[in-house]
Amino acid sequence: MSTTQYQSRHAMGRRVIGQTLVAHDGFSARYDLNRLQGVFSRPAHKLVGQSYVDKILVLDTAKGGVATAWMLHEMRSRNMVPSAIVFNTVNTILAQGAALGDVSMLAGFDVDITAQIPHGAMVEVDPDTFTIRVLDPSEYPAEGQGAADTRKVHGPR
Amino acid sequence: MKLNDEEKAMLAGEAGSVAKTAMEHQIKVGRFFKAEDFVPVTQAHVMADTESLGQAGVMWLEKLADAGEGGVRIPTITDPRGTDFEKASLLGQADWMLELERRAIEAFIRLGVSMTDTCINYQTVLAATRGEHVAFGDTGVVIYSNSVGGARSNFEGGPSALSAGLTGRTPRYGYHLDSHRQATLRIRTDWTPRSLDDWGALGGIVGRLSNNYWQVPLVEGLEAAPTSDELKHFGAAMASFGSTALFHLLGITPEAPRLADVGGDKLAVTHRIGESDVIALKQSYRVDPSIDVVVFSAPQLSIFELRDLAKLCNGKNFKRPLLAVTSPQVKPDCDRFGYTKVIEEAGGTVLSGMCFYQSYAREMSETKGWKRLATNSAKLVNILGGYGYVPMLASMHACVQAAEMGELQ
Repeated sequence: MSTTQYQSRHAMGRRVIGQTLVAHDGFSARYDLNRLQGVFSRPAHKLVGQSYVDKILVLDTAKGGVATAWMLHEMRSRNMVPSAIVFNTVNTILAQGAALGDVSMLAGFDVDITAQIPHGAMVEVDPDTFTIRVLDPSEYPAEGQGAADTRKVHGPR
Repeated sequence: MKLNDEEKAMLAGEAGSVAKTAMEHQIKVGRFFKAEDFVPVTQAHVMADTESLGQAGVMWLEKLADAGEGGVRIPTITDPRGTDFEKASLLGQADWMLELERRAIEAFIRLGVSMTDTCINYQTVLAATRGEHVAFGDTGVVIYSNSVGGARSNFEGGPSALSAGLTGRTPRYGYHLDSHRQATLRIRTDWTPRSLDDWGALGGIVGRLSNNYWQVPLVEGLEAAPTSDELKHFGAAMASFGSTALFHLLGITPEAPRLADVGGDKLAVTHRIGESDVIALKQSYRVDPSIDVVVFSAPQLSIFELRDLAKLCNGKNFKRPLLAVTSPQVKPDCDRFGYTKVIEEAGGTVLSGMCFYQSYAREMSETKGWKRLATNSAKLVNILGGYGYVPMLASMHACVQAAEMGELQ
């Protein structure tokens, strides 16, 4: 089992396993995403053009306006949502949105988490233990197994 | 979290399923932020345009309304809607967008929410006062109310603000606590802006330097007290660029008459901002002289902004659409004072009760062919890049000239 594990001060949601998208950038669903296509769309964002669907986002800070509080819920309803978001610093909106949209979340680390977690790594986010852990290849879930952790929980597409 | 008897009853469902749902949501958020208890709030302000809600959000609202349990316990008002129904065709909005808006409005009304549809409620409805605990949505409303009014609110997204309306309280964390209201960053400006776009740009720079919700910038060096409209653009841009919810202006805002009042005496000045920084921020957006549309919005315009705009529009003949967005409270005065007539005779349009970026901005761009956009709102330029626009920041005068010439000089 990997020992590359980091502890957060704030946590919410269910345990999930998935692949990371990492950037030392901010995040707002309104400012940064094309939610219809499921990709980062803000030209200046380091993840522009990349799909966030079912990914674990590891980012610096929550940005911008209050819309994300609704948008994570709307994205969840269409199964076009990240499976977890991990921040160095969170704002209230992202936490409120994660609560309504059932998105797992960690925030607040003693290190810069975006410098510690590799982009594209398979990780486990466990809100019960307030941890994010980089997995060994031997721990990778079998095909389709991880998807069960990010299942659709709300209304119609 | 510690709950009193009333809160325990709500959580147990004794006050109905709606209050229980709201309480469960609030406790989830409160626990995340380690809130010890709830604080009663006097007003709630709900951001809920349907581009953000989508079908899922509207269905969530309808489910609450269908319970028929009486709705909100405190005055609860709304942020701008996603359209001005009278001008929807001009905006290229589809019928399904309007139908979704109607459903959301109907659900809100059944929940007892007052449809004020404004992001400048501190100028038009009822400003929160110093020390008053509120649950406001719209980051511009929160930063203004916290900083200029001395009120106490976190950024409350739509679900949380509505929950606060339904329970009459909110988890006590963040800016409800004295400990979070001290300055954490000391910034000196060597220049005092003169136009609203410059105030917005200065706010954007402070926001970028602050860079997260928990930083509280203290700004010193301003030569005179700004007006409400100047502070509106300054704060809205700061909140947009930095997710900032509270700032202090030394000797101006109510909690910072002296450095020591907000802990500024323990901080060194770490950043200095001058006119060149503001010019550089504005220039960073000026990539193309041609423009497709001019927009004044975000925040909605006050009656004085509309007065200034009408003066600039007088006798003009626009080549490009010019949209000016205000609140339903201000629009009747704008009509009554003749400003609407002057703006619309020049070829502009005055819209009410919406905000440009909250009104299906991506679809409007695609339907209307609007891509290169001129505005005097720093907040708007910060938002619209993600929607596929090329937004450019300029003074109100330059924007009106751009509508007339088709180019931003």
